[in-house]
Amino acid sequence: MRKLAGLTVFLLCLYIALWRAVPPEGLMLNNYNLAERIGQYGIISLGAGIVIIAGGIDLSIGSVAVLAATGTAMLLGNPAYGGNPVLVLALVLAAGAFLGLIHGLFITKINLPAFMVTLCGLFIYRGVARTISGNMSKGLQNQFADLRHCLYDGDIFGLPRFLVIFLILAGVASVFLHLSVYGRYLQAIGGNEKAARYSGISIDAYKILTYVICSIAAALFGILFLMKNDAVTPSSDGFFLELYAIAGAVLGGCSLRGGEGTVAGIIIGTAIMWILPNLTNMWGIPSELEFIVIGGALLLGAILDEKLRPKGAAA
Amino acid sequence: MVAERSPISIGLTDQQNILEVRDISKAFPGVQALSQVNLRLSNAEVLALIGENGAGKSTLMKILAGIIRPDAGDVYFNGRKVLFNYVRDAERLGIVLIHQELNLVENLDVASNIFLGRERTYAGPLRLIDQRNYSKAAVILKRVGLDCAPNIRVSQLALGQRQLVEIARALSVKAKVLIMDEPTSSLTSAETFRLFDIISELKQSGVSVVYISHRLKEVELIADRVVGLKDGANSGELQRSEINHQTMVQMMVGRELKQLFQDQRRVRTEVQPVLEVKNLRTGLGHEPIEFVVNQGEIVGLSGLMGAGRTELAEVLFGIRRPLGGEVLLNGKKLPFGTTGAAIKAGAILVPEDRRTEGLILSSSVATNINLPSLKRLSTGGLRSFKRERQLSEKMCAELNVRTPNIKQVVGLLSGGNQQKIVLAKWLACNPSLLIFDEPTRGVDIGAKSEIYALMHDLADRGVAILMISSDLEEILGMSDRVIVLHQGSIAGELSKIQLTEEAIMHLSTGGHLR
Repeated sequence: MRKLAGLTVFLLCLYIALWRAVPPEGLMLNNYNLAERIGQYGIISLGAGIVIIAGGIDLSIGSVAVLAATGTAMLLGNPAYGGNPVLVLALVLAAGAFLGLIHGLFITKINLPAFMVTLCGLFIYRGVARTISGNMSKGLQNQFADLRHCLYDGDIFGLPRFLVIFLILAGVASVFLHLSVYGRYLQAIGGNEKAARYSGISIDAYKILTYVICSIAAALFGILFLMKNDAVTPSSDGFFLELYAIAGAVLGGCSLRGGEGTVAGIIIGTAIMWILPNLTNMWGIPSELEFIVIGGALLLGAILDEKLRPKGAAA
Repeated sequence: MVAERSPISIGLTDQQNILEVRDISKAFPGVQALSQVNLRLSNAEVLALIGENGAGKSTLMKILAGIIRPDAGDVYFNGRKVLFNYVRDAERLGIVLIHQELNLVENLDVASNIFLGRERTYAGPLRLIDQRNYSKAAVILKRVGLDCAPNIRVSQLALGQRQLVEIARALSVKAKVLIMDEPTSSLTSAETFRLFDIISELKQSGVSVVYISHRLKEVELIADRVVGLKDGANSGELQRSEINHQTMVQMMVGRELKQLFQDQRRVRTEVQPVLEVKNLRTGLGHEPIEFVVNQGEIVGLSGLMGAGRTELAEVLFGIRRPLGGEVLLNGKKLPFGTTGAAIKAGAILVPEDRRTEGLILSSSVATNINLPSLKRLSTGGLRSFKRERQLSEKMCAELNVRTPNIKQVVGLLSGGNQQKIVLAKWLACNPSLLIFDEPTRGVDIGAKSEIYALMHDLADRGVAILMISSDLEEILGMSDRVIVLHQGSIAGELSKIQLTEEAIMHLSTGGHLR
């Protein structure tokens, strides 16, 4: 709770600084763009956060997203499926779930390290996306206005649609993580796997579930990316996405040791993650310094977390 | 699973026995943990199970709780033969084990830990957590006498409080058989008496309790019957009227010493202290620790599990920082909290768990032996492969390590040879003090006598040896002098002539020197 309060205060300070730095006439637009970005990236931070809470890691998020975007564009462009966008979206999300299932099975049944499995995924899915697209950009060619309208164009009560989608998902995730038994089991597994096993919890099933959720989130990100940008280039889009996702979750208090993390924290962490570069930009700090600022913030957060962590009586 | 109505149960065993174990055997790689052990537990009985470390108590209990499966033998519950494949199978019958090493999720709160895996939920398949878990937890916490809110995180509790949470967890299951493995090892005496009250309440309500403890005084207080285990086999049984400290110690000990040890050792006339520990406060016991180990002397450090032996060794070797005090090595003060300084000054710890702490199993014999000497063997930071090879070959020859060559991967060698490589690695540094933590655990008898011979050889060369061991036979056979720890402080020191198993057991279970 203390951690969450600290993060909120930090976020507010950042926002006040931003509010003062942005010229008044541009403030609305800046807010809107920022909120859209937080909504979009928040989705994958949520996925990454759930994996991290259960003690895992997923490095394949960016590649899954790019593959999903490429697949969506190609399926919509295919006359056989183009007429039924809902089916296409369902197929892509199901494919995402399938990739997550594969990760989970490798990690739990063959006992490979999560880092290794998802690192391989990072390479493989990027390669698949480039192959099936013939290494070309794939886009919507300004069609499917209905679909885009539904997912991206225009605001809802003044809020960007991405943010609304994210907040709905965050609400669901909140119930899942903090109110249901399932979320508690994830925390138990991340905190002390042996104790969880001795309590009769089917550890493997829950671990697999986290990777499935994370890959679905990545696939959804890919679909939204396509809606916003109209096209995806598998050879250049979506690099470092997984790192942004993990950074957002970790900044928001998910511990890479496992067991720790809240949805509220992930929201705040993602917001901090995207206000920082916005702010440095407004202050006129050259954009090449952006990464240094983000890295510095992460490092500082990690140090504070370690120093303020309640130390147990047992070693 | 309804044993009472089962026709096949008739005539199989006495219906009075809720749990019975017949001819259970279990082997782990290199050790026969249990051989043909028998045990029966009556309804509403408190049965104490005693035995030295490694006697097989914990293994037996893990079998009863469904955590491990026996190689041979049968378990009967209410007269009916049962087979446990999972923890849940045993829990369903009402057999619950409170583990010796705590198994709590520190990042969750107390109530979540108590009901983990058995939460009360609502909203059907959504399985949302019912807040009534917390009020139910509060009731159980009150019962075990733990004064804390059910929504406080376990990581904020002290060790003794965590143990009470484990007990609360066991109580929350409607147990018929409750197995407690060293439940009081981190409880205060007030908490211990509260636990005894709970145990008698449970007994009143028909629950049977298996109580495992090294603390014979506690056993005397609460046990209806005592069963002894020794080297994985039954070593006797005492009825309520026969239970006293003396009889229990005899049941745990009573064995013939095998001819593993040299009878005669050269007695050194000059006494030159190598290690001097002064007023050392490790933070475990009440009394500060003071003792001396002289040149060429083998001092045994005895005590029960949790008495603070390993912690003391870790302080001496700079792994753990003490609260205060002084350690002198060859007259020079040893800085705390740095292993580098300890090694440089000539103090070496041969750790207990050699697979994780003493060796890099995936590397070669030579790599392992040379690791601490690399710097000494190098010239200006560049490694000398010739000198490294010479050193590892010399050490292998000296210690009679059986390996095809020095490039062999250590993980493929036998336990005894692995132990010799740990020794070789440190002997190559010419130490003046060697601290052995369980030098022969998991080592076969042949390698054992070689390691003993080597320790004698080292002592004769003037190295001071501090040997931590749970193996009383080893302590008796090897030590010139024995220091016994009890609850973090020195309970007494025994010279060679005072040395008997009874005396050591007496001191380490809380007795005093007469």
